[in-house]
Amino acid sequence: MHIVVCIKQVPDPSQARIDRETGLVIREGVDKIINPYDLYALEESLRLKEAHDGQVTALSMGPPSAEDVLKDAVAMGVDHGVLLSGRDFAGADTLATSYALALAVQKLESVDLIICGKQAADGDTAQVGPGLAANLDRPHVTEVRKIRHIEEDKMVVERLTDTGYEVIRLSLPAVITVVKEINEPRIPGLRGMMRAKKAQIPAWDAEYIGADPQRLGLKGSPTRVWRTFEPTRHGQGEMLRGTAGEQAVLLWEKLRGRL
Amino acid sequence: MEYFLTEEQQMIKELAARIAEERVKPVAAELDEKEEFPWEIMSILAEADLFRVWVPEEYGGLGGGVFEQALVVEELSKACSGVAVSYAASGLGAFPILLYGSEEQKNRYMPDIASGKRLAAFALTEADAGSDVSAIATTAVKDGDDYVLNGTKQWITNAGDAEIYVVIAVTDKSKGARGSSAFIVEKGTPGLSFGKKEKKLGIRASSTREVILENCRIPKENLLGREGLGFVVAMKTFDKTRPGIGAQAVGIAQGALDVAVNYARERVQFDQPISSFQGVQFMLADMATQTEAARALVYSAAKMADSGVGNISKAAAMAKLFASDVCMKVTVDAVQVLGGYGYMREYPVEKMMRDAKITQIYEGTNQIQRSIIALELVREAARKSRK
Ligand SMILES: Cc1cc2nc3c(=O)[nH]c(=O)nc-3n(C[C@H](O)[C@H](O)[C@H](O)COP(=O)(O)OP(=O)(O)OC[C@H]3O[C@@H](n4cnc5c(N)ncnc54)[C@H](O)[C@@H]3O)c2cc1C
Repeated sequence: MHIVVCIKQVPDPSQARIDRETGLVIREGVDKIINPYDLYALEESLRLKEAHDGQVTALSMGPPSAEDVLKDAVAMGVDHGVLLSGRDFAGADTLATSYALALAVQKLESVDLIICGKQAADGDTAQVGPGLAANLDRPHVTEVRKIRHIEEDKMVVERLTDTGYEVIRLSLPAVITVVKEINEPRIPGLRGMMRAKKAQIPAWDAEYIGADPQRLGLKGSPTRVWRTFEPTRHGQGEMLRGTAGEQAVLLWEKLRGRL
Repeated sequence: MEYFLTEEQQMIKELAARIAEERVKPVAAELDEKEEFPWEIMSILAEADLFRVWVPEEYGGLGGGVFEQALVVEELSKACSGVAVSYAASGLGAFPILLYGSEEQKNRYMPDIASGKRLAAFALTEADAGSDVSAIATTAVKDGDDYVLNGTKQWITNAGDAEIYVVIAVTDKSKGARGSSAFIVEKGTPGLSFGKKEKKLGIRASSTREVILENCRIPKENLLGREGLGFVVAMKTFDKTRPGIGAQAVGIAQGALDVAVNYARERVQFDQPISSFQGVQFMLADMATQTEAARALVYSAAKMADSGVGNISKAAAMAKLFASDVCMKVTVDAVQVLGGYGYMREYPVEKMMRDAKITQIYEGTNQIQRSIIALELVREAARKSRK
């Protein structure tokens, strides 16, 4: 079984700040880390690899520094890392990103399953997983909270919903995106970290994956960011105290006042 | 303070710190309350290759030594020293094998200890033989190709949970201190059993039990070194592991100091943070200075232990003695800085104060450490005057 995990390098969300004047995310002086949701994708791929004697390739599109997150993935236990990097890819929105990743996946040999994190912590669109599936013309399921069963050409997964979960069967190869309920990502061991330090991460450019430059990067990205702003907070939360009955009475009084 | 760690040592320290912060700290109070052996954390440490750091490469290790082990113990102790000692005691059980084991014994036991698959333990103390190890009454009698062991070891860390035990027993009473020997006994051997888990003041996650040997028959191949080496094995082992107790003490002290400093910045009395009061400032400054001095001594002793220089007993004893006394003082002061909140179990410093006490007692009480240091001083002086 060959599993591809798509991972992204993002600015550490815990250090995120916005420039009030330009409305842009401040990237200087902010650590770059692996997108937290992708850790669950990596962990799931490693569990499948261990249970089914497979191999895992981590794939990332980004600047040369994205090699770091691929090395993190190698430290956790993936077999190979591939970096899509070059000027052509810069400024890509989700459409151009899914296109490029799909071409890279097609360069890899006999891929059975592609796992992505639910969304990236910087863009928060959750579009690349489904976009990748569309480009590859393969089925996909988003927000998977459990893989129930997997065999050569099909799998059964549980998809998290607001009210519970759905059980879905899909044929392989397929794309899934996973939520954090699916597992607890491992902490890489020392031997993995040492292996990662020595690992060679090949960098593929647009030409190598046979991409149409018009569909890549800024040129291939119809999305335009109109304006970004910090939401202003309205009002304040209030905790109601007391027994459930007392709280219900308090709540009713507050609501009635507003009617 | 900058200790100029190598890249690999830095990696070990950061990894241990990450596990301490993410996986140990959140459960430390619960482990203490329930007095539960931290199996889950032991397997996380194993998967992280941290049991490998002090084991030579030929036995599945990463080729470090006492220093690398001390880095891990220190980081884990910042979060929970009950966890740290469970990890370190496997080293205490394994060093006799590394130091005196045959190639065959090392190949047989060390890879599983390095991978963390099996824990080790060291059984010397008995009810009537604490500081006076020569008073041990456990016997090992040669019988054909076997030894038959009888006796009860007391307060053995990791007993019951560990699978590999190094046991010191008397083989020839007439030879006194030269009449004891070290043996490897595996869990599951008929005649080997364990007492109930002791209820303790601190390090309550760690298990402490009796090791009971009743006609416990082991093959003669399980003798370490040769007959008569028992106490030498024990003393040379302690030379390697006392810096680790020092590291445990430094870790607890640092953990307590970190909590105290943060608390002092946030706690407001008389309309100002208590960190603005000189009385509190001076306490914090002394705590930090003493902890750093202890760390420097521990690191030096650990590096000496790895360097292969001759006698390291004095340095190892000094590191253990000084760091554990500092640890006791710093944790008491940390509780003081937190006042009544420090006395409550909601805050971690009362546990650290309870955990600190053991570092002054085990692997030789601090009185015994002082005797060792004084003895070495006198010996060194005598050697010099003879020249
Ligand atoms: C939690 C815990 C875990 C332990 N783990 C292990 C283990 O894994 N393996 C193992 O073998 N043992 C273990 N021990 C035993 C430990 O090493 C002994 O408790 C320690 O060596 C002291 O012995 P004792 O308690 O009998 O005290 P004693 O020897 O009875 O000492 C009592 C007091 O007398 C003082 N004293 C004794 N002799 C002298 C002297 N000559 N000069 C000055 N003062 C002296 C001591 O310093 C102490 O203050 C453990 C103990 C505890 C509490």
